[in-house]
Amino acid sequence: MTKTILTVDDSRTMRDMLRMSLVEAGYRVVQAEDGVHGLEVLQVETPDVIVTDINMPRLDGFGFIEAVRKDATWRTTPVLVLTTEVDPEKKGRAKAAGATGWIVKPFDPVKLVDAIRRVAA
Amino acid sequence: MDPMAEIRETFFQECEEQLGELETGLMRMESGQTDSETVNAVFRAVHSIKGGAGAFGLEDLVHFAHVFETVLDLIRAGRLEPSPEAMRVMLRASDALADLVRAARDGSTTDPVRIASIVSELRQLTGEPDAGDAEDDDFADIAFAAVPVTIETEAALPPGWIVRFKPLADLYAKANEAGLLLRELGRLGPMRVTVDAESLPDLAALDPEGAYLTWTIVLDADCTEDMIRAVFEFVEDDCEIQIERNLPADVAVAASSSAVAADAGQPSDDEILALLRNAAASVEAPAVIEPEIVVAPPPPPPAVSPPPEPEPASASAEAPAARNDAAQGVGATIRVDLDRVDRLIDLVGELVINEAMLSQRVFEAGLARASAVMTALDELEQLTREIQDSVMAIRAQPVRSVFQRMPRLVREVATMTGKQVRLLTDGETTEVDKTVIERIVDPLTHMIRNAIDHGLESTEARLAAGKPAEGLVKLTALHRSGRIVIEVEDDGAGINRERVRAKAVEKGLVSPDAPLTDEEIDNLIFMPGFSTASEISDISGRGVGMDVVRRSVQALGGRISIASRPGKGSTFTLSLPLTLAVLDGMVVSVDGHTLIVPLSAIVETLQPRSEQVHTLGVDVRVLAMRGGYIPLVDVGAALGYRAMPAEPEKSVALLVEGEGGVRAVLVVDGIQGQRQVVIKSLEANYRAVPGIAAATVMGDGRVALILDVDAIVSVTRSDNLRVDASRVEPILMSAS
Repeated sequence: MTKTILTVDDSRTMRDMLRMSLVEAGYRVVQAEDGVHGLEVLQVETPDVIVTDINMPRLDGFGFIEAVRKDATWRTTPVLVLTTEVDPEKKGRAKAAGATGWIVKPFDPVKLVDAIRRVAA
Repeated sequence: MDPMAEIRETFFQECEEQLGELETGLMRMESGQTDSETVNAVFRAVHSIKGGAGAFGLEDLVHFAHVFETVLDLIRAGRLEPSPEAMRVMLRASDALADLVRAARDGSTTDPVRIASIVSELRQLTGEPDAGDAEDDDFADIAFAAVPVTIETEAALPPGWIVRFKPLADLYAKANEAGLLLRELGRLGPMRVTVDAESLPDLAALDPEGAYLTWTIVLDADCTEDMIRAVFEFVEDDCEIQIERNLPADVAVAASSSAVAADAGQPSDDEILALLRNAAASVEAPAVIEPEIVVAPPPPPPAVSPPPEPEPASASAEAPAARNDAAQGVGATIRVDLDRVDRLIDLVGELVINEAMLSQRVFEAGLARASAVMTALDELEQLTREIQDSVMAIRAQPVRSVFQRMPRLVREVATMTGKQVRLLTDGETTEVDKTVIERIVDPLTHMIRNAIDHGLESTEARLAAGKPAEGLVKLTALHRSGRIVIEVEDDGAGINRERVRAKAVEKGLVSPDAPLTDEEIDNLIFMPGFSTASEISDISGRGVGMDVVRRSVQALGGRISIASRPGKGSTFTLSLPLTLAVLDGMVVSVDGHTLIVPLSAIVETLQPRSEQVHTLGVDVRVLAMRGGYIPLVDVGAALGYRAMPAEPEKSVALLVEGEGGVRAVLVVDGIQGQRQVVIKSLEANYRAVPGIAAATVMGDGRVALILDVDAIVSVTRSDNLRVDASRVEPILMSAS
């Protein structure tokens, strides 16, 4: 069955790139523009993997992951953090919030699809 | 279009938006609003640009954005004070970032010296050593050179690894799965997996979220340790892992264990899961524990995720709908081709015309005013207006995008003129048609330059006049009676009327003894070729004057005016139509035909007296008006409706102003009224006709031509306009 990926990113460029790469890899893609929007989308969609940015308006990636993990429906859904942050502190915070893994930008479709494959059941 | 090229285009569009946000945010910070929301928005703007630039390999941009972002991150974390000095550097950095973005977009280059100097200023703020750049690069080279050496060493050893992997509970809490990690490891080569369930407690003592299993994997793969570590990259802090070389002795130990081993070759997912189930089955109370063992994927959540508790039927039926609303409600946008919107606008224009025609027919049928048909028609009319407004609103955009460019301009002009200037903007959210927005950038840029260069006095002069050293330029946008009004106000010296007048006389624009009101003198600056500065300065100069500004504003169907108070400052007011799809027109009749004259071109209407009209030569007539003579144009004759010019004293005259402020008096038979008309292109439906700008369809279904005032006015100078407009209408009628 086609897997569904939810991407949460405030940049239109990144959303377009994510969509293009993931659709090409055979995934179904649903998209949200920030953490709050992401949680709203989760009310109506059941993604297999969630990919989220960290720096976003309204609700950032850390807050979004925490909220996802608190919800019994999503606690076992893999969440990948997609961000340019490479410093260990941000990675640590994302992990503490419950991130399953991360993809370091600059954006590379191969790395992205590879990371999703690694965490997707 | 190639999808990457399309995304690239989106990226640069988004960059412009982010640069705007950046500018706005920095201005806000400069004025003391350093709340976390503002600082975060500024950070995000730079961060976003960097992220996208990285994906497109725009190294210069990434590098600069990174340094900039580092400064913003320090401010965000409260470790750097946004002092005026720091703000100044950041404003310059934002200008440089904008230049880099545009250079990347257009494939042009930026001044590397300037960029480097800003990078070094930014670095000084962060306390980073400045020369770090080159050194970083050197290190990168060294690291690359070292790689092949490592591989060689490893290849010399016999292949094979033993991995001991003990997940901690945290690993599962972050939705990682031991089974998936083993599957991933299996991709490196054939492996045998052994599970150690020794520490699995009795069911009563078992924490369902605990982690009790340890795996030993004998991996027969010719890979590096780093490749194995990479598999466990996401979980390295949430498990205990040991990786060692599989020396012959180790192989024996592993082989003798009681494990169920996967056969050589790439194990499939199912094989691994089966393997893990077998391992689970070999421990105590297998049937009960199995579901709790974390190796199997969790049952997928139900599709629409209804709450587990039973709910009343009505409530559960409503829930999904409500959620749908929630998901779609917030800031959802779609991007649509402009062509499609324009097509819709066109169609709605047709609808408006059709509705007007229907009304006319119903009226002609002689139905009672209170009849049901009339009532329904009224409602239809109202609905049609609403549809028209809504469709126009699709093309409408806030003027913010234009206003956001101005702070930078102000800074540049202020630096060049050595004046201190503060820019205040108001009404950025005022919306106007996209095309109008695009076309007011240049006039507005020129007006702001002019306000700083000519409007504001030098700092010394301001201080001498008892004004604050810092000059003020205010940019305001607002809606007023169906038009957008943009004001550029300065608190400078105001227009020096004596000098303006002297200049105009010197240039031969007015006669020395012309009786001019203050307002008329002020408006002389819009005359072609007028320039108030005694020497043409570098900023507003280059022969471009306010007349060019006025011409471009008029081309948009707009008007520009000036109000000046000596010593207090000047205000330029631009009034523009909200859209270019409809036009405010004066409906006039000429020899039985209905014509539309754009209202923006009309200065005044008058009833000429016979003694005012003078004939020069064969057929050139002028109208004496306020001590001057203005050429008279008989519209009917100019368009070929009639051979003999009409008697001016039996007609109505419209004083119009064309391009470059050239005035003429148009003679028409009568004025029917004013109305908003939907513009229909003549070129697209027929062909270009000199003297006619476009056409529209009136409520009675007849085509009315819209006059091209500039072309008609030019008749007064060259006599080459002889159109037979009388032939245009029947053709259009039969075509529609």
